[in-house]
Amino acid sequence: MEHYFEPQIECASREQITAWQDERLVKTVKRVYEAVPYYRQKMDEHGVKPEDIEGIKDLHKLPFLSKEDLRKQYPYGLLAVPLSDCVRIHSTSGTTGRRVVACYTQNDVDMWEGCVARALAAAGATKDDIVQVCYGYGLFTGGAGIHGGSHKLGSLTLPMSSGNTDRQLQFMTDLGSTILCCTPSYAAYLAETITERGLRNQIKLKAGIFGAEAWTEEMRHDIEDKLGIKAYDIYGLTEISGPGVAYECSCQNGMHINEDNFIAEIINPQTGEVLPYGEKGELVFTSITKEAFPLLRYRTKDICVLNPEPCACGRTHVRMAKPMGRSDDMLIVKGVNVFPSQIETVLMNDGYPANYQIIVTREHHSDRIEVQVEMTPEMFSDSLKDITKREKQLVNDLKGMLGIACIVKLVAPRSIPRSEGKAKRVIDKRNLYQG
Amino acid sequence: MTVKQISAFLENKPGALAAFTKILQDNEIDLRALSLAETEDFGIVRVIVDDPFKTVQILKDEGYVCSLTKVLAIVFEDKPGALVNVLNLLGDNGINLEYSYAFLAKKANSACMIFRVADNEAAIRILTANGLRPLCHEDMEGMFK
Repeated sequence: MEHYFEPQIECASREQITAWQDERLVKTVKRVYEAVPYYRQKMDEHGVKPEDIEGIKDLHKLPFLSKEDLRKQYPYGLLAVPLSDCVRIHSTSGTTGRRVVACYTQNDVDMWEGCVARALAAAGATKDDIVQVCYGYGLFTGGAGIHGGSHKLGSLTLPMSSGNTDRQLQFMTDLGSTILCCTPSYAAYLAETITERGLRNQIKLKAGIFGAEAWTEEMRHDIEDKLGIKAYDIYGLTEISGPGVAYECSCQNGMHINEDNFIAEIINPQTGEVLPYGEKGELVFTSITKEAFPLLRYRTKDICVLNPEPCACGRTHVRMAKPMGRSDDMLIVKGVNVFPSQIETVLMNDGYPANYQIIVTREHHSDRIEVQVEMTPEMFSDSLKDITKREKQLVNDLKGMLGIACIVKLVAPRSIPRSEGKAKRVIDKRNLYQG
Repeated sequence: MTVKQISAFLENKPGALAAFTKILQDNEIDLRALSLAETEDFGIVRVIVDDPFKTVQILKDEGYVCSLTKVLAIVFEDKPGALVNVLNLLGDNGINLEYSYAFLAKKANSACMIFRVADNEAAIRILTANGLRPLCHEDMEGMFK
């Protein structure tokens, strides 16, 4: 039996959903135009006034918003309410220079948690379940978002945060957790550990919700087999709210976008032209119920396809496919956003040449990022100690910048392949994106 | 009273040292001593050759990253306890060894060692004061004639 959190919304007619979107979009546009100078300036430059937007049919008239815009307006430039009305801040995993902070009013938090509660219900969670949250708690939206959604649903919430596998497994077996929420790579690691330790018959898990990084169908089957559960995908981004922007139902054939709160579009990333349903392009979101930090036509850089077909689960909200790639060079490694430019900055600061290559692999469902740097006469020494000391310094500085550990490998000069004089900077061997 | 050692960066992969020594062979460079230090993914090859300046130029032209370092070469009598005596001499006088390796000479009954220390001058003072004269590059060449 399919579970819902708000069936009247999740299964509303398309006409009803469109009506909500029309009304909320018009209101949001009017509000941000009045409250946020940056939006007013952007819309003026674009030659569009709030009264030109009569409904979602006019959405394409609005200018796009990029991560760069958000960065420029750091921290409070896009705030549409007084700061005193805000109750929470979260931040993207992006590091120095790329950080985006998102403010939430109480209503924003309630809306977000409601979205997560729908995702949990779609995975079969009820008030009788024990939800083990092993996403990180803190600025990252993963922990707080799932936690709030679980509360909202009335489930018993275990705020474990990430890491400490022994403790995770002890609580899982002792307390009888039934729903597991973490990144897919951590789920795979837990599944492997449970198998190794022969704990399979001591766990009571029935479902897992795994997001914040890309994962494949093979990984899903592996986790499902090892844990004897159903594994669900969840999508979200801090800029829009956090996890729960879209989520999988029992059909596991695309993630339903919470369209009463977020309007999704697919555009051609080169021209900005809006593409019809079913075509592959960049996913763009407009949040129409957020008070503090509403975003109009925010470009996610995720390449994706939308499917409006009615779903067998009864939900009517449009489904998005698993993202199939990125329209920029951002990598998601261990759930953390990594830009090659950040790595380049560290290399330059530490006196290394710009000849480098980033190789991302996944072994046993765990991401590994290796930065290869070409040896130069300036860095070289006859003493191994001197070289390894510099290497360690680089490892530390990269960790400071990216927040995750990288493996540094020094390679021979001119050994990084160049095509047309320019090296290919990133080699992602994970094959995460299918289709 | 030092000899010139060439150090070069090698990747830790099959054939790396062979390719390096082939270059020396092709250019008719005589190897006097060789030592290899390695980590998981790279190594440093350290060599003493007959013509260090020519060798550095050739290696650079071949795309190697390399450097010249002055190291101490000591020849002493090949008998039990001889190395301990030399090492004690350095250690007791606060000279720290960065690395060291042995090489062969054509002189009978003698042991040859390379020592890399931070302060060559101090080490030379102590060694000569105790009757051990570090070789210069020309001395070494004489040992291979």
